[in-house]
This record gives sequence, C-alpha cells and structure tokens, in this order.
Amino acid sequence: MDAKDILGLPKTPLAITQEKKTRPQRDSQRKPDGIAREVYALTGGLAPLMPSIDASELKRRPPSSEKITWQWLPFPRSALKDNLQLYHWVRVVNGVPPAGDYSFAKYNKSVEVIRYTDEEYEKYLSDPAWTKEETDRLFDLCEQFDLRFIIIADRLLTLRTVEELKDRYYSVSRAILSSRASSSGEVAGHPLVKEPYNVSQETERKRALSMVLSQTRHQERKDAEVLAEAKRITESRMAARVAEEPNLPVTLDICPESTERDIVLGDTISPPNVQVPSAAVASSTTMMADNTSTLASLRMLWVHLRTYALEQMVQAASSSAGLRTIKRVEQALQDLGVDLKPKVPTKAVCAEHLELRKEILTLLNLQKQLQYKEAEGSSFHDSSYVDMPVTPKDRTFVPDTISFGGDRLGKREQKRKGPGRASETPSSPAHKRPRKLKASDL
Amino acid sequence: MINSSSSKKHGTDQQEISGPTAKSQRAQMGKPEESENKKRLKDVEISVPIVFGNAAFWLGKKASDYQSHKWTVYVRGATNEDLSVVVKRAVFQLHSSFNNPTRVVESAPFELSESGWGEFEIAITLYFHSDVCEKPLNLFHHLKLYPEDESGPMSTKKPVVVEFYDEIVFTEPSESFLARVQNHPAVTFPRLPAGFTLPPPVPIEDESKRNRGDTKDHPLSQWFLNFSEADELLQLAAARQQVQAHIAKLRRQISMIDGQNQQLKPPSDQ
Repeated sequence: MDAKDILGLPKTPLAITQEKKTRPQRDSQRKPDGIAREVYALTGGLAPLMPSIDASELKRRPPSSEKITWQWLPFPRSALKDNLQLYHWVRVVNGVPPAGDYSFAKYNKSVEVIRYTDEEYEKYLSDPAWTKEETDRLFDLCEQFDLRFIIIADRLLTLRTVEELKDRYYSVSRAILSSRASSSGEVAGHPLVKEPYNVSQETERKRALSMVLSQTRHQERKDAEVLAEAKRITESRMAARVAEEPNLPVTLDICPESTERDIVLGDTISPPNVQVPSAAVASSTTMMADNTSTLASLRMLWVHLRTYALEQMVQAASSSAGLRTIKRVEQALQDLGVDLKPKVPTKAVCAEHLELRKEILTLLNLQKQLQYKEAEGSSFHDSSYVDMPVTPKDRTFVPDTISFGGDRLGKREQKRKGPGRASETPSSPAHKRPRKLKASDL
Repeated sequence: MINSSSSKKHGTDQQEISGPTAKSQRAQMGKPEESENKKRLKDVEISVPIVFGNAAFWLGKKASDYQSHKWTVYVRGATNEDLSVVVKRAVFQLHSSFNNPTRVVESAPFELSESGWGEFEIAITLYFHSDVCEKPLNLFHHLKLYPEDESGPMSTKKPVVVEFYDEIVFTEPSESFLARVQNHPAVTFPRLPAGFTLPPPVPIEDESKRNRGDTKDHPLSQWFLNFSEADELLQLAAARQQVQAHIAKLRRQISMIDGQNQQLKPPSDQ
C-alpha cells in the first residue's frame, strides 16, 4: 500500500472494496457477545465446539418463585453418642429446613473389633509374651482408634513394635473366630482366617521399604543399571531360548532391595530358580559398564572361543573411541612388537592383552590432554612458536607434541625431553630383547 | 540328541552319566533333557585349549592337475590330549566340489584327510556331549597348501603346516560335566567357589579297551607347532611396562604444565 503511494499509482478501486469487505467479517468473528474480547482470546480465540455455559445463563437471576434464606441451625449428629450440639449454615427454602439425617453421617464407619470373654482368654488366648491386662488394653485401644496401630503403639505404655501389636491382635481375633465358629468351614472365608498375619515377613518388608526410600542417588542409579542389564539379558535369553529350547522357562531374580550394595554387576545377573515378575524392571536409560555387559552376553552363549571373547571385549573397550584412535592403538601395539591378535590366547594372555590396549588408550588420551594444556599455556603467554624435533624413536609415544609457548617454556620442554629420552633407552633394549628371542624361536 | 550311534565309541563316557538318565533319553527320543543333571555353576568357566589347522604334503611326482596335495585338517588338544572327553563329533564342511562335502568324524582324533589342489575355507563344527553343551561351536580354517615363500622349492617330505591355538570356553558348566572331567588332562579345570565339592569321578574303563583318542603319537605330531603362553606373557608384560612408564612421564608433564599455567594466568581470570 505504501509502495503504491510512493509510486503514485492509484489504488485500484477493487482492492479497496475487498479490504473493506474482509474487515467487518473478521471483526464480527472476533467479538462474541457476553464475554469480553480479551477473555475470549484466553480460550485460544476459537469458540468451543460445545458451549460449556450458555452465555445467556450468566446473567440469569435465581428463580424468584422460591424464597431462599440461610439459617444457623443445629444439625443432627446421629453418629455421636454424647450430647454435643453443633451448628452450621443451612440453605432453607421457603422456610422448610432440609430433611433427613446429616448427609455425612453415612461416612462414620467404625471397625468391628471382636471382644473376648475371660473364659475364652483362659482357654485359647494366653501367650507367654503378653499379659491379660496388656491384651485387654490393646483391644480397648483398637476399638477406640479404629485399628490405627501406629497410634495404638504410642498409647500403649509398654514398648512394642507395630508389627508385634498387629500380630497379637490378629492372632487373638483369629483364635476367637475359629473357636466361636461351629465348623471350620464357616469361617474359612473370613479374611482374618484366610490370610494370617506374618510378622517376620512384615518386618522384612518394612525394612526393605525404608531401605528403598532412603537410597542415595548413587544407589538408585546403580539399581537402575542392574535392572536394565537384567532386562536386556532376559530379552536376549528369551530370544536364544526361543530359537533352541522352547521348553525351558526363563526366570530372573530381580530383588534390588535385598542385594548388597557393592555387588559387581556380573554377579547378580544369573538365572536362579526364583520367579519374580520382571515388570519391576526400570526403563533402560543408564549406560552399562562395557566390560560387564560383554561378560554377560558371553555367558549367555554357553560355549564360545576365547578369541571371540577377546574380540568382543576389545570392541567394547574401544567403543567410545573413534576409528582413528583405534588405528593408533593398533599402530602402537605393532611398534611395541605385540601381535594384534595374540598367538596363544589363554585366559591370562587375553587379560594382559586387554589391559595393554586399555593402557595404550589412556596414553593416547594423556597425550591429547598434554597438547591441550600446552595450547592453553601458549594462549596465556604469547611468544614465538618453537618446533621440537621429534626423533623416530619417540614417534610412537609422543607423536603430535609440538610445544608452543615462550622461551622459558621452550627451555623447560627441552630439559624434560632430555631425561625423558634417557629413560627410554634402558627400556628399549628390553623392548628389543623379546623380539630377538622370538626370531630365534621361529 | 542321537545317543545310540555314538554310544559304542563313547560307551564309557556315556555310562558315566547315571544309568537311568541314559535309558530315559532313549525312551524320550527328541525330547530335551530334564534338569536332573543340569545343575549349573554360575561364575565358573571351564576351558579346553585346542589347536586346529592343517598339514599339507605336496605329492611331487605323483601330483596330478586335480590332486597336487594331500592334506589333513584337524582339531586336536593343545597338549595332544584326547578331546573326546568333551567333543562328541566334529563335522568338517568342505568345498562343494568335493564328493559328500559334509564329513562327519565320530571319534578322536578329529581329523579329515583328503587330496586336492585348491585352498578354501573349511567350516568345522564341534558337537559336544549332552552334559557339556547343547550348542555346537563353529570354527573356520582357511586350508593352506602352498608355502608362504612362493619361490622356494616344494618338498614332498616337509608339509606346509598352519595351526591356530584357541580355547573353547564353557560358561556355567553343569555339575555333572565338572565331575566327569575333574582330572582329565585335556581340560583346564577352573577354581571352584569356596566350599564347593564335586562328587568323585566315576573310574574310567581300562584304556586299552578304548581306542586312543589322543594325538601324542600321531603320525603328524612331529610337525605340530608349540604354543607357549610364557613367551606371549613376557612380550605383553614388557609392552605394558613401557606404556606405563610413558603414562607416568606424561602425567608428570601435564601436572608441571598445570602448575605453569596457574602462574601464567592473567589476574582477571583468577
């Protein structure tokens, strides 16, 4: 529009009429009646498909036919056994208060606590750990506090754990029920008889629960790792079993609460005979330690070759390294005179080989670190660059070190290289000797 | 699981598994074994060191276009002990140009001799006794007939021998397996968990009745290569020492530079 003004072009009459037409349409869409424009915008600017409130209702007055007053009235508390009289506001319509009992009275339930007679106590219920007075008191409190054992435990003057109280209460009730019943079949369905209270199980359960709740973040992560690993192993085991022996059931023991906290992962992952639903497995989000997961997957194979195992472990160890790093490790191995794949892969040899590879990785990382540090040093101290001559012997172990930095630093570097080089020479004869032996062996 | 065919050669081995089990196996042909003897030890692995490879003799004057070499491919115990304590049979899969390329060897020594002209990959499948492992294991060996040094003279007396050392690792071996091979020289017995005792092994029958399965006096044994783990360990130890020394040096350098960098840092950074 402005451009046309500038150019001096006449505004086409068609364009103007179109603009005028569209504008009123949009305005009418935007502004519904009854609600302010901004409030309407809160709903997203679109009308809801189903009107939640009819706009006309908002301005309606209450029906004037009825006469509503609010009165302060006492209410019937049928549940209360004493004379306490309580009051509340009541909506009175045309002078008639609402009928019926207090609407919340129906929620005033209480537990039916079975009381015993003294003869029954003599006959069935005597227990060395409990006196009659204590048992009586326990039952009084149970009735008073609706079997809220935690409160009862506080009220009882003797020191008893909640589990002990529960045990006593439930065993007494069971005994009374069974003794009062004419036949055992009658009460077999009663929940008290059907499921007896198990003290030891309860204590254990509560202890485990408190352990889980008080886990530190570190332990939580460890548990998640264990469970994730277990899940992976069951799944791969399932696949393996389905392929070969469909008759054997796959079981897994997942009880993080009862395992010791510092168990190596490999030890806990094994198929004992306990069947626990694996639904308790956490989602596998945490990274596994490479070595232990390879070990676990190897174990699943039942039989494998040692060279295969070594390959897997080498792969796992260098999984975080790039292709170039792997090549450098192999180059280093060759320079050291070590076969990339050991000729005699016994258990000891494979372990040593793996450790050597890991150490070479560490070495390469340290070299990189050194480079960075030196670069850092140079950025603080701007001076000429000094290229260090790198001897072929050094090449393997200090390949890319070029020292930056000022004269001071440069001198220090040179000084360090001196003794460093000297220390290398004693080792190189040793390095050469095994080589010589090998040649003569062949 | 075919027990009847191999029961002749490995009669003694099979009988060591308790009698009723063997009978019930024959009665339930094809049904997987019940878990009577299947109690397995976790975190215990047992390994059998083996050497596999081939020896090839040039036929010299008797060589023809299609039969220039006589070769034997084999799997033997690394110390030349009898592998049949663990291996039930070995299946060698040859090149398809051979008649019946699938050759089954039911008893030790597990080897196969043939004549031919070409080098190809042989797939060796080892089947183990049922109490050892239900899954077979595959090995691959590239048959070598021609010596490395191509220009050198080929001799009919000295064979071209290529061997590889490896170890068969059984994870979670069953108790019955462990009991059976307790004192057998072909097997590297693991250290058992503390306090664990195995039932005593069933006495083996008189050896002369059984055919010898070990390869100690094998005709090719003079050509067998020696594999010594000591050399390899020495080599690795020396290498590790060197690497560790370098790591220590680098660590010193890094800490020195760290110290220098601290001094050099402009005051605004601190």
